[in-house]
Amino acid sequence: MNAPLDRGANVVATAARHADDVDRKGRFPVEAVQALKDARLLALLIPVEFGGGGAALADVAELCTSLGQQCASTAMIFAMHQIKVASLVAHGRGAAWHESFMRRVCDEQLLLGSATTEGGVGGNLRNSICAFERDGDIFRIAKEGALISYGAYSDAILVTARRAADAPPSDQQMAVLEKSQFRLERTGSWDALGMRGTCSEGFTFSGQAPTEQIFAHDFAEIASQSMLATAHLLWSAVWFGVASDALARAQGFVRKDARRHPDGPAPGALRLAEATNKLQLMRVNIVEGLKRFAKAQKNEDDLNSMSFAVAMNNVKIGSSQLSIEIINHALLIAGIAGYKNDTPYSVGRHMRDALSAQVMISNDRIFTNLSNLLLAQRIDQRLGD
Amino acid sequence: MFDTIRRLVDEQGRLSVAAATIGDDADLYATGLTSFAAVQLMLALEETFDVEFPDRMLNRRSFSSIAAIANCLQEIKAEEAA
Ligand SMILES: Cc1cc2nc3c(=O)[nH]c(=O)nc-3n(C[C@H](O)[C@H](O)[C@H](O)COP(=O)(O)OP(=O)(O)OC[C@H]3O[C@@H](n4cnc5c(N)ncnc54)[C@H](O)[C@@H]3O)c2cc1C
Repeated sequence: MNAPLDRGANVVATAARHADDVDRKGRFPVEAVQALKDARLLALLIPVEFGGGGAALADVAELCTSLGQQCASTAMIFAMHQIKVASLVAHGRGAAWHESFMRRVCDEQLLLGSATTEGGVGGNLRNSICAFERDGDIFRIAKEGALISYGAYSDAILVTARRAADAPPSDQQMAVLEKSQFRLERTGSWDALGMRGTCSEGFTFSGQAPTEQIFAHDFAEIASQSMLATAHLLWSAVWFGVASDALARAQGFVRKDARRHPDGPAPGALRLAEATNKLQLMRVNIVEGLKRFAKAQKNEDDLNSMSFAVAMNNVKIGSSQLSIEIINHALLIAGIAGYKNDTPYSVGRHMRDALSAQVMISNDRIFTNLSNLLLAQRIDQRLGD
Repeated sequence: MFDTIRRLVDEQGRLSVAAATIGDDADLYATGLTSFAAVQLMLALEETFDVEFPDRMLNRRSFSSIAAIANCLQEIKAEEAA
């Protein structure tokens, strides 16, 4: 029995009920997010001592996959929230403000958003233009061109900026700002191909708050030790859900075909076999990544190592590419029945949602970073640890 | 050794200040060293000192200060001599 999954069953059903409407209208999945709050699942990753569920990242990933099978937008919102929570837990411990905020996330089931990218630096989240401007005990911040998923629905947003106005672009910190402390000025809409319910609109983010809300750890550490790893793993778990549901639909099509034509192999059967191989590759890629992260968390040098960064980046590249290949196979198997939006074999929404994977931090940008790391890091030639 | 490291930090580190003005223990990341520049710096160190950084030294800490880099180089040299 898996307790978080049991608690999530109702959320998954709710997400499924509204998924088409959320996609068609490009609206926030209010019902499913409310169900997440009602089941107290927004605090799933927070340690029990602060009032949370104390779950492992693998349990959160499992729920991301279950949600991804029904409504990718809800799944991605849940994943992005948990990525912020993971950083809060890993780097907010020991800081009085952050610990009490963790308790409030549990008590009030606060939804956390992220403003790490910025107009002018694109997906290079390790560079900021804006800066924290300190004035006594408070700081001010204004970030332009920020793409913030469910920004308008977030109870708090974690934002990155340079340490101070005279700091270099890569010397960044991260702060938590609550809804009452920030202002969002909408500068861009989110009428997108897929992931339409994430409402990832463009904003100018501005606000002020006490300096104690800035994390003591540098953002460089937060990025490499919690954020990038949990993002690549949980995003991948969502995409795995999307791809596996598409393939399950295609399998339904093949089975129906096989029953109707008992004397010959269904034409899609071979392609289905081929696609299950890709699905297995995708699964082991993610499962191995989760294990690698769990191991690295016990050793700070490992967590900060190039080999860990290479591994996590490859999880994202691999699962973003495989998800599209698998869904394309599902489409080829079901043909027109898959292409149409109103059959049990439809995979159009799956495809549109999964296409976001390669631009959500551009794969080409990640390949560029990887190719630099591989000037130093040796190829790992072992099969085991 | 420290002078050579400082010269390479100036050439490859893309810091916001000259390496001559920062202490041996100053945090290079706080003066603008990125992970990208750290790799370029490592390649220059390998070329200049005729060494190879082993995988276990390929982490953030190894390039965090001029002293940390010098420690790595001394450790590699000592291992080679042994
Ligand atoms: C569904 C979704 C939700 C999102 N939610 C959030 C959020 O909540 N908060 C947030 O901060 N951000 C969010 N983002 C934004 C995301 O994190 C990136 O900022 C964004 O996807 C990258 O933007 P870009 O493609 O315009 O920019 P870039 O990264 O600049 O890429 C533009 C193009 O240039 C090329 N390119 C750029 N740099 C390089 C390089 N170094 N090497 C090779 N090629 C390069 C790439 O091929 C790419 O196609 C979200 C994105 C998506 C898709």
